[in-house]
This record gives sequence, C-alpha cells and structure tokens, in this order.
Amino acid sequence: MTLVATRFARLVAVLVAVTFASFCMVSLLPGDIVTSVLGADATEEARAAAREDLHLDDPLPVRYVRWAGNALQGDLGISYRTQQPVSEAIGERIWVTLELVLLSQIIALSLAIPMAIFGALRPGSWLDRMLSGVQLAMLATPGYLVAIGLMAIFAVKLGWFDTTGYVHFTDDPLGNLKSLLLPSVALALEQVAIYARVLRTDLVNTFDQDFIWYARAKGNSTKRIVLRHALRPSSIGIVTLSGVSIGRLIGGTVLVEFIFALPGLGRFTIDAINNRDFMALQGAVVVLTVGFVLVNFAVDILHGIIDPRTRAEAAR
Amino acid sequence: MTTAMSAAAHNSAVTATDDGVLRKDRLGISVWLSMAWLAGLTLAAIFADLLPLYDPADTRAGIPLSVPTSQNWLGTDSLGRDLLSRTIYGARVSIVVGLTAVLLSSVVGGLIGMLAGYFKRRVETTTLFAADVLMAFPTMLLAASIVAFTDSRGLVTVVLAIALIYLGPTIRIVRALTLTTSNREFVLAARSLGSGNARIIRREILPNVLPTLMSMMVVAVAGAIVAEGGLAYLNLSVAPPTATWGSMIAAGKAKLDVSLYPVLVPGGALFLTVLSLTLIGDTIQKRQARNLGAI
Repeated sequence: MTLVATRFARLVAVLVAVTFASFCMVSLLPGDIVTSVLGADATEEARAAAREDLHLDDPLPVRYVRWAGNALQGDLGISYRTQQPVSEAIGERIWVTLELVLLSQIIALSLAIPMAIFGALRPGSWLDRMLSGVQLAMLATPGYLVAIGLMAIFAVKLGWFDTTGYVHFTDDPLGNLKSLLLPSVALALEQVAIYARVLRTDLVNTFDQDFIWYARAKGNSTKRIVLRHALRPSSIGIVTLSGVSIGRLIGGTVLVEFIFALPGLGRFTIDAINNRDFMALQGAVVVLTVGFVLVNFAVDILHGIIDPRTRAEAAR
Repeated sequence: MTTAMSAAAHNSAVTATDDGVLRKDRLGISVWLSMAWLAGLTLAAIFADLLPLYDPADTRAGIPLSVPTSQNWLGTDSLGRDLLSRTIYGARVSIVVGLTAVLLSSVVGGLIGMLAGYFKRRVETTTLFAADVLMAFPTMLLAASIVAFTDSRGLVTVVLAIALIYLGPTIRIVRALTLTTSNREFVLAARSLGSGNARIIRREILPNVLPTLMSMMVVAVAGAIVAEGGLAYLNLSVAPPTATWGSMIAAGKAKLDVSLYPVLVPGGALFLTVLSLTLIGDTIQKRQARNLGAI
C-alpha cells in the first residue's frame, strides 16, 4: 500500500506541474489575450473591462490557483469565441475521441494477437518472416497516410463509406460504427505492429519454458497449449503497452480527426490554437494531459497487480 | 552508426539470430535497398538545383492533375506544378528537419540524461520529473501549439517544436543506459585510478551510451519526418510556397476523386523514407542486442 501512496503523491505532483505548465504556456504565448477576445478595434473601456473580467492584472500564480479551483469544480471557463462553457464543449467532443481510441484498440488487438501467435509458433519460418515484414511496413506507414489511403480506396473509389462526417451513436448505432470504422483502422495499424512484435517475443520466450514442455509431453494440443497455458503469462508486455498507447492515442487522434472531419477533442484543440481561443485551448490541453497521466497511473498500478515482481523493483 | 556497423562486421561469419537459427551474418537485400533509397533521395535533394527539373513553384509545368507523361514523369498537382520536382524539393525540408531536430534533442537530452543517470539523487529526481511533465503533453499538439503561437513558420521553429517532442524520451532512455553503465566494474576501476567525474563520463560512460543512442536516433529521424509531415498537413510547418510532403498530401487529398498522383507521389516518398530508416534502425538494434548477448 505504501507504494500506491508514493505513486499517488507523485501523481498529484505531476498533475499540478502539468496543469501549471500548460497554464503558463498558454498565458505566456505571444499575442494579447484581450485583442484576440475583442478584436483589434475595441474601445479602451471595453479592453479594461475585459482585463478586469479575465483577472489579467493579477500575478500568474494567483490566476493559476483561481483557475485550478474552478477547474476542480468542473468549470473550465467560457470560450470567448463561441460563448459556450469550455467544459460543455469538451464534453460533447471527448466521446468521439474516446470511441475512436477504444475502437482502434479493439481492432489492433484482434489483429495483433493472431499475428503474434502464428509468428511465435515457428520462429524463423517463412510465415514468421512474412508477418514481421508486414509489421515493419505497418510501423513505417504514418497514420495519416493510411487514413488517406483508406479514404481513397473505400470511400472515394468504392463508395462504401462516406468520406467525412460523424453520426451520433444515439441517432444510429450502426451508422456511428460505420462513420468511425475507417479512422479507427487508420489509427490501429501502427498499434498492430507494435503489439504483435512485443507479444511474439514474449510468446517465444514462454514457449521455451519447462511448463510448456510439460504440457506438451502430457499430450495437449498446440491450440490448447497456446490458449490455456502460454498466452496468459506472455500478456504482461502487451497489457502494459496497450495502456500506454491508450493514453498516447487520446492526444494522437488529431490528424485522423482532421482528415475525416470528426468533431473530436484533437480537432477542437487545433481549432482553438488557430483561433487563439485561449480558454478553450487551456481546457483541452489540461483534459488531454490529465487523461494521459491518469491512464499511465492506472497502468502502473495494474502492472503491479499482474506481476508482483515489478512492485519490488519499483519500491527500490 | 558507423561504430555499430563496423562492430557488427567484425563479428560476422555465422551467428545465431534471436530465434536460434544459424544464419550467415550478412546485411539483407532490403537493408541495401533502403540505404540506396536514402542516399539517392539525399543526393537528389542536395543537387536539386542542378538537376533538369521544373521549378517546384512553376504552375505552367503541365496540365493540372495530369497523369505521368513524358513531360511530367510523375504527373502534376491541381495547380499544374510538377510532382517529381516538388517531391524532391520537399525532401529538403523533411531531411533537414528530421536530422537537425533529432540531433538537437539527442545532444541536449543525451547530456541531461547522462548527468541525471550519473549523479543520481536530486539531479535525477528533478530531471525525471521534468521529463514526465514534458511527456504528458500530446506530442502533435505540443509541436502544433509551439509553431502556431510563435507565429513564425520558419524552419527553425519547426525544428525546435519537433526536437521538443523527442527531448523527454531521450532523457529517460539515456539516463537508464547511464545508470546500468555506471554500475559496471570498469567505471569503479576508473574511479579507483583517480579519474574525475568529467573524465569518467567522457571516457567510460559516453562510449557505452553512444551506440545505443545512435541506433535509436535512426528510428527517431523517421518519426521526426512523420511529425513534420503531420504538422505540414495541419498547415503548421514551413510556410508555402516551399514544397513539403505533408502540405502536398493535404492539397492532394482535396482532389482525391480526380487524381491519386498528388497524394501517391509524396506519400510514397514519405513511406519509402520512413520504411528505410525503420529497417536500418531495426537491423542495427538487433545486431547490437546480439553483440551484447555475445559478450
């Protein structure tokens, strides 16, 4: 439990530092906030009122503490561009991004696990070498290139999907899945390669251990050995990795959201950057970074639960 | 990279690969092809002005969106500019950004990481904390906000933005490498012979950290080129009219229903470059792991 406690203390410290860093980053950026809010031709009184309203004359730490206090209560301020509360705007968009991440993880794992198993069963065989070649190609194709390629083939040429647009799940569950399928596959391919490589290596090592030879000597079928005996002890690497990539992906869907015109959090952030919408950017960056840190924290704890050895290592 | 290669060449003859199969230790044809592609692309990018190419900004190079012809070997974009020429000139941006960004983050991150791993305690805790905070920011958004907010879309800004992405991971990895190295006997031996910290870091730690760092740099260059392409796609890399692969792909995407070439040509160049770098980096890393295992 002490380990969880120290991890937790560290988590809080990282969260404070990350939010403060993003607050400073947004505040110190060139370009006057008031000008970006009111436009260049605002009167001096209006400017002064806006400065007062945004508490811009207070020192940075004071502003941070006030902002953080509000943020803890779920109030991330109001976007000066759309007059919409930032937390509301993020709430609308975050589900698109989360759905995208989740779907791409399901696709990636369901492709990577069989690939890894077939490769690991006969290391060095033609199948193994072919699969690792395919994985290398997947690793080398940037997600945005895959996205455009898929769009060119399945949406433009074959017309099976719409090129852009998002259907809400509550409106049409199947249409929702359809609108997210191509973007999810585009995000998944790189993950497939990473997962398959790690799981294959772990499986090769597991297959060499005594208990597998014992299971084989007892006359178990290969299928049973893989599914019942080998897969579980080999899965620690891939479990950790998928946790880490979920955290990474939450902020990594930007380009795919852009290409398929999906109303997700990544697109929202880039729009906020381009529009100099400081409050919206601040809110989005904080949600993304805090999400990333929290997922990593959960993975760390989960890792300790799956593999007790790491607890001893981390405690040192 | 050269150290790793010559070391690998030294141990050639027959070695066991990681799967236990005995195989002649030669560089495969794919690695040679990768090196040829990278060398060809680099030479073409350097000597682009001397090659008989169209001006990359010339909108009268051919009929807009034409397929490959004898005039425009790889077709033209929607403004009638020659795709071959634009792809070669675009390679300049990719290569320069990829190399300098990774070099910058490796030198700075490597130095910080070595100090953190060597001196441990407060230095280490502080550095790792800073690296963690830096790595909590989504990479694409971090780079995008830096370019967008500095309001200058010059080469330097893009390089700095992408170097920042790699700073955190580099610090962490170099620190871990330094930590294992500084526990080895030869470091203790050097210290007992009276070597100071600076000398130990320079003579004992650095030569042991460098090969691994360099092989990772090869793969990182591929990542940096991809990141630059992504920024350019968002219109946040070097400003037009300079040709970049990412901006070419973004422009081509709008005309996907008419012609595939505006996406296919720069996309193919990007794919081959990244594949080559990944393949070479992968090969070097495998050899290093094997050589380490042999010791």
